[in-house]
Amino acid sequence: MALPVAFFALFFAWPVAAIVTRGLKVDGVWRLGRILDVVTQPDIRHVLWFTTWQALASTALTLLLALPAAYVFARLDFPGRQLLRAVVTVPFVLPTVVAGSAFLALVGHNGLLDELWGVRLDTTVWAILLAHVFFNYAVVVRTVGGLWSQLDPRQVEAARMLGASPSAAWRKVTLPALAPAVAAAALMVFLFTFTSFGVVQILGGPTFSTLEVEIYRQTTDVFDLSTAAVLTLLQFAAVGAILAVHAWTVRRRETALRLVDPNTTARRPRGAGQWALLAGVLGTVALLLVLPLAVLVRRSFESPGLGSYRALTDADGGTFLVAPVTAVWTSLQYAVAATAIAVVIGGLAAAALARRDAGRLVRSFDALLMLPLGVSAVTVGFGFLIALDEPPLDLRQSWILVPLAQALVGAPFVVRTMLPVLRAVDARLREAAAVLGASPWRVWREVDLPMVRRALLVAAGFAFAVSLGEFGATVFIARPDNPTLPVAVARLLSRPGEVNYGQAMALSTILMVVCAAALLVLERLRTDRTGEF
Amino acid sequence: MHIKTFVAVAVGLGLVTLSACGSTDAKGSADTRTVTLVSHNSWSVSKSVIKDFEKQSGYKVRVLEDGDAGQAVNKAILTKDNPQGDVLFGVDNTLLSRALDNGLFQPYEAKGLDKVGAQYQLDKDEHRVTPVDYGDICVNYDKAYFARHKLAPPQSFADLAKPAYKDLLVTENAATSSPGLGFLLGSAAQFGDGGGWQDYWKKLKANGVKVVDSWDQAYRQEFSGSSEGKKAGGDRPLVVSYASSPPAEVIYAEKRPAAAPTGVATGTCFRQIEFAGLLGNAGNTKGGKAFLDFLVSRQFQEDMPLNMFVYPVVQGAKVPADFTKYGPAAEHPENMAPAEIADHRDQWVKSWTSLVLK
Repeated sequence: MALPVAFFALFFAWPVAAIVTRGLKVDGVWRLGRILDVVTQPDIRHVLWFTTWQALASTALTLLLALPAAYVFARLDFPGRQLLRAVVTVPFVLPTVVAGSAFLALVGHNGLLDELWGVRLDTTVWAILLAHVFFNYAVVVRTVGGLWSQLDPRQVEAARMLGASPSAAWRKVTLPALAPAVAAAALMVFLFTFTSFGVVQILGGPTFSTLEVEIYRQTTDVFDLSTAAVLTLLQFAAVGAILAVHAWTVRRRETALRLVDPNTTARRPRGAGQWALLAGVLGTVALLLVLPLAVLVRRSFESPGLGSYRALTDADGGTFLVAPVTAVWTSLQYAVAATAIAVVIGGLAAAALARRDAGRLVRSFDALLMLPLGVSAVTVGFGFLIALDEPPLDLRQSWILVPLAQALVGAPFVVRTMLPVLRAVDARLREAAAVLGASPWRVWREVDLPMVRRALLVAAGFAFAVSLGEFGATVFIARPDNPTLPVAVARLLSRPGEVNYGQAMALSTILMVVCAAALLVLERLRTDRTGEF
Repeated sequence: MHIKTFVAVAVGLGLVTLSACGSTDAKGSADTRTVTLVSHNSWSVSKSVIKDFEKQSGYKVRVLEDGDAGQAVNKAILTKDNPQGDVLFGVDNTLLSRALDNGLFQPYEAKGLDKVGAQYQLDKDEHRVTPVDYGDICVNYDKAYFARHKLAPPQSFADLAKPAYKDLLVTENAATSSPGLGFLLGSAAQFGDGGGWQDYWKKLKANGVKVVDSWDQAYRQEFSGSSEGKKAGGDRPLVVSYASSPPAEVIYAEKRPAAAPTGVATGTCFRQIEFAGLLGNAGNTKGGKAFLDFLVSRQFQEDMPLNMFVYPVVQGAKVPADFTKYGPAAEHPENMAPAEIADHRDQWVKSWTSLVLK
């Protein structure tokens, strides 16, 4: 437990505290009055309002479109189901910049819709909402669908036998059982869209701004650190509240249900209704998830003779000191380092949390571990720059800074994946081994490890994909001459001209292929109870 | 518990070692053969000119381009205890006070500064920054559009708010782009504070002004007069850009036209002066000083106009004929004292944002 606590204290709490302090403490005096000043400003209130309503709208839209898919994936058996499950998860681990550029290629200036019908949605709120659905579709499908596939279908059958109408059976049996999972999924989607950065930054134009984007603008453009600090605190409070509710729904879900093997619950579709549902879901997935990705890939091949890909190896393009393709290598190295850190930290934390004798204090750490997911990545990145600048911890020149920031985002996924599996390991096995004279290390190696190995791999895979795509903090601390893939994509996108655009699309495609490959491997490794993701 | 403490200490030590390793291979800090220039994205110089400097001084030049002018300055302030390079180029008169108030630079009086016009030396007592170039931020117009519509192009700030020019102007976000900020300051210099410029912008907004985040986006995508804008299907014939943009259109054209396809609304200009300075904790102070001397040398100053499309500040430096032929400098650009900009900039940008964007 000491190591994860030290890690989060040093690389999360301290940098965030440092930046908030720098913003709110002027000449040694706390300026808490600033909080009220900032909150009462009309344009900040406007940002708060927009952040909240677009998150609510995005969540509602995502639930509306993804819940039927959760049912289809859980209850219907059709060819290519496993592949499709992996496909819908690709957007979730894609960096927001890539998703943003994919949508730009679809609905932006000279995008596909613009070419076909002259429709432009960029700089409208619709582009933002659709991109949010694109991202979070998998959260609902995996969280709700995962549980749905394990609900015993005989309960509904029994209810029907006893004379309940289909709607009554749905209302009284299925819905109550599913409700906590739906609530948990909705809260996660709300959290991700509430703190949305890349999507809004790329698709929103100067008019729309979420809290997170506003923190970025106040820090890098306006240079008003005290406003940025207040906004950070506000976001902190909001995220804390969301996580508290989320933790509560997770606990309810863990205790209340008797589950069955998901492989036994799916059936071939029967009747016109189920076929129509299946077709509808497939159509939605094709339009909303596959089409943007396909457009992106097509754009990357538009210049003749793989021109965009060949331009990537050319250092003379001027955007960077190095050929953009070296960003691929840089990113992979960073992601491997970040994964190692995340697995060690997250694994140790999960092990501590899973212990039966874990006290209330330790369990509250569970929610704290999720905080980096919702706290402004810009704040973390900026905090790194100003907090980790004195010996013995002057890391700003060091390459390790980027993996550390990425590991902060990866670790919560490791914890969420490992925790349910570790909790399922029977404590009596460990006790028996200890009684028989095994050292704690040997108990871990011979009892725990074989049982959690697959979960560990899945956790590592998720941490890898998430680290690879991390943008918010990395964009702030990556040195200009050593960009990661998402940073390079963003920088290419910000430059005009066909050549840069083509290169951005080509790099995005490479990134997408790497993420998708990692994900397909995960899909093969997946056990039926590897956590929530 | 002891073991865990040990592990924590060990990891801590490991990180320290890593950081030590990291700083040795981080370039620029201790290397005295390289001089590192931090700049905004628009830095450009002829290869032969930079080669000459490298040969004469013995330093190798490394360039880090770091975003828009404002972002480059802000990040330099954040990292000033341990800067990314030796020299920062691209602080302009609109951001000068922020850089100076934050103690970004150390003083150095560049060799050849005596030949730089006095009107550009905004820090002539302390020499923390060296003037390098100047230019004018002005509204450009698409000549073809106005000929087609038999409309006289606008000439002044006030013209832009007239109904004849409704939905024609695209400008940049004053919070994120330096021409955007320059245009705002120009309007403030023209109409004054306390209602003046605010009313003007209300009118502009009612007249359908479009705001985008960057100059690139405005000029190369939304503007109908630039070659890239034409290709991208830009549909705004008025854009906030530079007085030197029309010659750039001619010089970079595939087939050189007899006249520039765009013109300058000469009554909408704001004078911008760009500076460079030696960063406070530069690793290579000597190299940085040599580079500042180079920036005000005649060779660099005469090379600059066709690379960055700005005017030299050194008296007697020749400006290429094409440059003056296709783009005469604005006659009476708006000006504003750095002190006045410093006092009002942040507040104005804030009210501008609420007024125009929200």
